[in-house]
Amino acid sequence: MTAITAVAPRPKSRFLLDRAEVIGPLFIAPAILYVLILVALPFFLAIYYSVSAYTIFDPNYRFVGLKNFTDVLDSDIFRRTLINTFVFTIGAQVIGLLLGKFAAMLLMQDFPGRGLARALVVLPWAVPVSLATLAWQWMFDSLYSVINWTLVAIGLMDPAARWQWLGQQDLAMIAVTVVHAWRLFPFGVVIFIAGFTSVPQDVLDAATVDGAGFWRRNYQIILPIIAPIVVIALIFGTVFTFTDLSVVYLLTRGGPINGTQVLGSLAFQVGILSGDVAHGAVICLFLFPFLLVAVIFLLRVLRRREI
Amino acid sequence: MLGYARFDSSTCTNIGAALTQPTSERPKEAEVAAIATRDITKEFAEVRAVDGISLTARDGEFLVLLGPSGCGKTTLLRIIAGLERPTSGQVLIDGEVVNDVPPRGRGVAMVFQSYGLYPHLTIWNNIAFPLRTQGTPRDEIKRKVEWAARLLGIDHLLARRPRQLSGGERQRVALARALVRDPTVFLLDEPLSNLDAKLRASARSELKTFQQTVRTATIYVTHDQVEAMGMGDRIAVIDHGRLRQVGTPSEIYEHPADEFVASFLGTPPMNLIEREGGSMGFRPENFLPKHLLNGAALVEFPFCVERVEYLGSEHILYGALDGLVAKREVTAKLPAHATLAGIAPGVRCMFAVRETELRYFDRDGRSARHP
Repeated sequence: MTAITAVAPRPKSRFLLDRAEVIGPLFIAPAILYVLILVALPFFLAIYYSVSAYTIFDPNYRFVGLKNFTDVLDSDIFRRTLINTFVFTIGAQVIGLLLGKFAAMLLMQDFPGRGLARALVVLPWAVPVSLATLAWQWMFDSLYSVINWTLVAIGLMDPAARWQWLGQQDLAMIAVTVVHAWRLFPFGVVIFIAGFTSVPQDVLDAATVDGAGFWRRNYQIILPIIAPIVVIALIFGTVFTFTDLSVVYLLTRGGPINGTQVLGSLAFQVGILSGDVAHGAVICLFLFPFLLVAVIFLLRVLRRREI
Repeated sequence: MLGYARFDSSTCTNIGAALTQPTSERPKEAEVAAIATRDITKEFAEVRAVDGISLTARDGEFLVLLGPSGCGKTTLLRIIAGLERPTSGQVLIDGEVVNDVPPRGRGVAMVFQSYGLYPHLTIWNNIAFPLRTQGTPRDEIKRKVEWAARLLGIDHLLARRPRQLSGGERQRVALARALVRDPTVFLLDEPLSNLDAKLRASARSELKTFQQTVRTATIYVTHDQVEAMGMGDRIAVIDHGRLRQVGTPSEIYEHPADEFVASFLGTPPMNLIEREGGSMGFRPENFLPKHLLNGAALVEFPFCVERVEYLGSEHILYGALDGLVAKREVTAKLPAHATLAGIAPGVRCMFAVRETELRYFDRDGRSARHP
């Protein structure tokens, strides 16, 4: 009896880390801090800048109301940029995911060297964007373009009137979109391969026995089953592309004559390079509503598609 | 000929009539081969999964492919369905070689081990899918889907999706989906293996009743001898890609063609005892205390009991035969009501087998006559 009472009471702190209400907040804290410091703070700062007259030459927080917004909306360059951003985003998604799907279907087949082919496909992802863009710049070069050389060689292009890939606005837009699609392509391939392998073999066999041919199997069975995965890929791809400025900035600097500016590159140009922080912030903020709508829309589709 | 035995939904809108269709009107089924394989082999890399199997399933017949896992029975079924190409040999459906016909042209319907239901479609659309691929008119699809759903008792589930269904219900959906196509043959790949033991017993009898109702030739793959014995009109025993024996359940059980069949069927399996020039076998339930067997020609064995298992309906005795050169483990199965007087672990008793119950196998393990 005495032995039992003699046992010292355990310190309360000993099992502190076993308690969910202690360890939970501890684990979630870094994530919350990250969001607060690196997402929320810049976001509210941008809102604040957007209604001020802040430039790096005259750093004052004088409130100017919505003047910056009307300035930006009245600008032809901005309107062009907005259209470019949509063309760039949608174009790169469509090309990247479509090619990704076809490549994934090819890579699902059994052939010698499949492992190597799969590894090579991931390459565009692994190469730093600056290096890759430099390579593409040579391919689009006005004199040494390998693309033009090929087109001339097979007789599809007049050697006297070679295309200026980065010198004509429409061609330059195609060029930046293609390069970004090329960057998205491995992501598309990986997503589709993951999707295809997640479809149970029994389901595919059942469809085959039930009389479904190649197209029906693909578009009535496989695609609806992997739709949730593809939608996730689409959300990621859209957000990445909409906010991306690296390809445009490295390949064309937004030119020729602002013909390939996207929101990201224009905001960088105006807000950082030209020092007009207030207008740069306004341009940046235009990303927000579009992304919000896109994400809400895609998440809704996803929930409905849930199987 | 076939259209007659096949279950045509257009003539069977009344399910009651379908269930009571008199069997006497049917032609003799023995002559009609719904499906046949000739010398089928299939090689995967260096493994010969199927090794020269020739089989025939008659119209309306329930043929079971029985064998241990990895014996090639599922591969054979997939070859018949057209999901795999045989390395050599022919598949015949309705007397025609269909090696080059894709699955959808073969008139086969298959139920898979995990059912292969389309997760994104409702049950209604799952059942309708094979009809849609055939371009069946809309009202015909509606009629057939509702008919099949009623027949299998799943008509209240048509609006749901597969994940909302229990295992047993999913299995019925898979059957309904197979049924609406009016197939020449049903191919069933272990359709009961995903059900729990209790459900499996009732699903077994339902499936058998269902097959007798629709009278469509059925090839049923299983590794479960209880399913095979209980459901099959005939059983084909397969091991290592080879066909060991084809016959009715009683033929297979009573007169196994070789030692493999003898030891694969029966719980516990047949006792095999080495003897000069081969082996001798007898079923545990025929190996009884001598005093229980009377009036017949007997072969006696001194039996040293080592362990007694009580299983409710029977006793299983484990032990060894005494006095033989090679001491062999044998089992005896006694009905629970039989008296175990004098039988206990460590006791040596006189057991015997009727001469007519003894089976002999030659040196290669094949069935042989009594020397």
